[in-house]
Amino acid sequence: MSMKIGTDPFHERVETGINNSFMRGAVAGAQERLRTRRLEAAKELGNWEEWRALGEEIRQHTLEHLDYYLMQLSENVAKRGGHVFFAQTAEEANQYIRDVVIKKNAKKIVKSKSMVTEEIHLNPVLEAAGCEVIETDLGEYILQIDDHDPPSHIVAPALHKNKEQIRDVFRKKLAYNKTEKPEELALHARKMLRNEYLTADIGITGCNFAIAESGSITLVTNEGNADLVTALPKTQITVMGMERIVPTFEEMEVLVSLLTRSAVGQKLTSYITVLTGPRDEGDVDGPEEFHLVIVDNGRSDILGTEFQSVLQCIRCAACVNVCPVYRHIGGHSYGSIYSGPIGAVLSPLLGGYDDYKELPYASTLCAACTEACPVKIPLHELLLKHRQVIVEQEGKAPISEKLAMKAFGLGAASSLLYKFGSKVAPSALQPFTADQRITKGVGPLKAWTEIREFPAPNKERFRDWFREHKKGGEQ
Amino acid sequence: MANGAIHNRDTFLQTIAKRLGREPITSTVLRPDWKHQPQWTVFQGYSQDDLLEVLKSQCSRIHTDFVATTADALAATLKQTVAQYGGGPVVTWNDPRFAEYRLMPLLQSEWPNEQIDVHIWDASAGRKNIEWAEKANVGITFSDITLAESGTVVLFSNSGKGRTVSFLPQTYIAIIPKSTIVPRMTQAAAYIHKQIENGEQVASCINFITGPSNSADIEMNLVVGVHGPVKATYIVVTDR
Repeated sequence: MSMKIGTDPFHERVETGINNSFMRGAVAGAQERLRTRRLEAAKELGNWEEWRALGEEIRQHTLEHLDYYLMQLSENVAKRGGHVFFAQTAEEANQYIRDVVIKKNAKKIVKSKSMVTEEIHLNPVLEAAGCEVIETDLGEYILQIDDHDPPSHIVAPALHKNKEQIRDVFRKKLAYNKTEKPEELALHARKMLRNEYLTADIGITGCNFAIAESGSITLVTNEGNADLVTALPKTQITVMGMERIVPTFEEMEVLVSLLTRSAVGQKLTSYITVLTGPRDEGDVDGPEEFHLVIVDNGRSDILGTEFQSVLQCIRCAACVNVCPVYRHIGGHSYGSIYSGPIGAVLSPLLGGYDDYKELPYASTLCAACTEACPVKIPLHELLLKHRQVIVEQEGKAPISEKLAMKAFGLGAASSLLYKFGSKVAPSALQPFTADQRITKGVGPLKAWTEIREFPAPNKERFRDWFREHKKGGEQ
Repeated sequence: MANGAIHNRDTFLQTIAKRLGREPITSTVLRPDWKHQPQWTVFQGYSQDDLLEVLKSQCSRIHTDFVATTADALAATLKQTVAQYGGGPVVTWNDPRFAEYRLMPLLQSEWPNEQIDVHIWDASAGRKNIEWAEKANVGITFSDITLAESGTVVLFSNSGKGRTVSFLPQTYIAIIPKSTIVPRMTQAAAYIHKQIENGEQVASCINFITGPSNSADIEMNLVVGVHGPVKATYIVVTDR
């Protein structure tokens, strides 16, 4: 599966993450900042719960009628002269994009940040077709010039790097001779990238929300890179996961309001750009040709299942920013471009249990993710469901069964440790335990204990738990 | 413009319908009346003056200078702001509002006489416009709709209103008639939705711009001015 990053086994990735102290500090700091900003933005609105309920209702309605809205979207794109390609698989999407690139005889491609093109592993295909591909989001640009270091956070992809490391990469790769000051680094990137926009043949973007009623796509950035990617090259290709759609501008507006607040605590980001078809007759800037590639790549297999709600996701990373496990192990440990709680739910669905069966266990089921989600995806419940599927249906037991019990018991223990502080947790659970086993779970534990009992938590922290878990995995 | 092509749609949509356990939808789906609609309650009942205050205070949070002026003083204010940004070259939209607000003498004679180059977007000059915009020190547009809550100017593109005027120049000035201010994005979205319902064609590019470009990708430090303008000023015309 191409959304995969790295080849190290899960335990080694986690070990590497836990031992990278800069990364852990950076992650903890960023989480804290983003979380605080999100909470402040929510508080300022006052009725955040109503907003979340609206976001959830819009997403659920759209998913239930997804074929209808995709039909409407494609009709409206075509009416405005744009081309639409429905791709069942990553390979089909890549093949179509490659064909456009060859037909246009393109040599240089600028891209704005797009998770789905990472997921389908588009860049190597373009490079194999003889193109130079340039990522223009500052974070992604940094990763790209550092020999394609993978992203570690959905919103802040270069979070794991410090400014000295970035300076060194710039010095080595971009003939940079200034200091590690972020302003100077960003200015250098600006100069380098300006020329790329102006000379690129094709611009490729992702899509935050497509709008069915008008055939438009919405791009959300702070840097303004998506605007230049779409205003200057003659051909624009936009790639979207098939669920990233809303009925009308009015729903787009609500979801953008939820996205920018939840992702970075801003009322709106600096640039929200709604593009419809290629440029109009008489327009000077904007593309002459527009292609929209709508990607399934495993998403339809999730529809109609107990995991359907994961498709409500608007990729804000609010769940990532509150996750105690992500805080400890960092984004790379997930082995997928989708990290954190959303990654632990989505990666096994899109990439399969063979590669990602550990992820649903790399969670403390503390439910902070569910609480943070602006469209109310019950993330921790979906993680539990994964565990049930893995243990009961996939036949991965008995080792997984043992692992599951061990991981869940201790994992849940550490969830409570995070919630109540390391000393109080065991006593906080006292009323619910009989003979050192929990029989009646509360909150997130309830669903599980309705099915079976599990060991009461002890005073282990995640690190200790992980060491134990690892031993268990090697039995 | 000729219709674009649509590839592989039928099987794709049939798969979705099948997974959802039903036939593909062929009749019109109506949007439900959403149970909660908190977006309409933000700044409900605010007067235009109240909204102006909201906009002003939001500007300080988005690294954008806020200047209030009158229609009569607009030319002088604009001139002063451009001078503060270090002068030309200047690139502007070709927008009838520049004449309505009596700014043409400034654009066509005053600035050129002071050796400040002014390029008014000219669709007939083609890609040359982009070169002007790229070399410009200041880009100037009007705001079509202005969102008080977020401090956002909404720009609808057309042949005279080039997209790049607001992002290629080093700095950006938006002229905001006070009457364009609405509470938040909700009102702008409703306006555009109405246009679509009436069968009107939406602009190929609608930009919601909130201050200068910025990034926090390096150790979460905010850097203002990454790909787009490094500075921005909103000039609100209070009596129009």
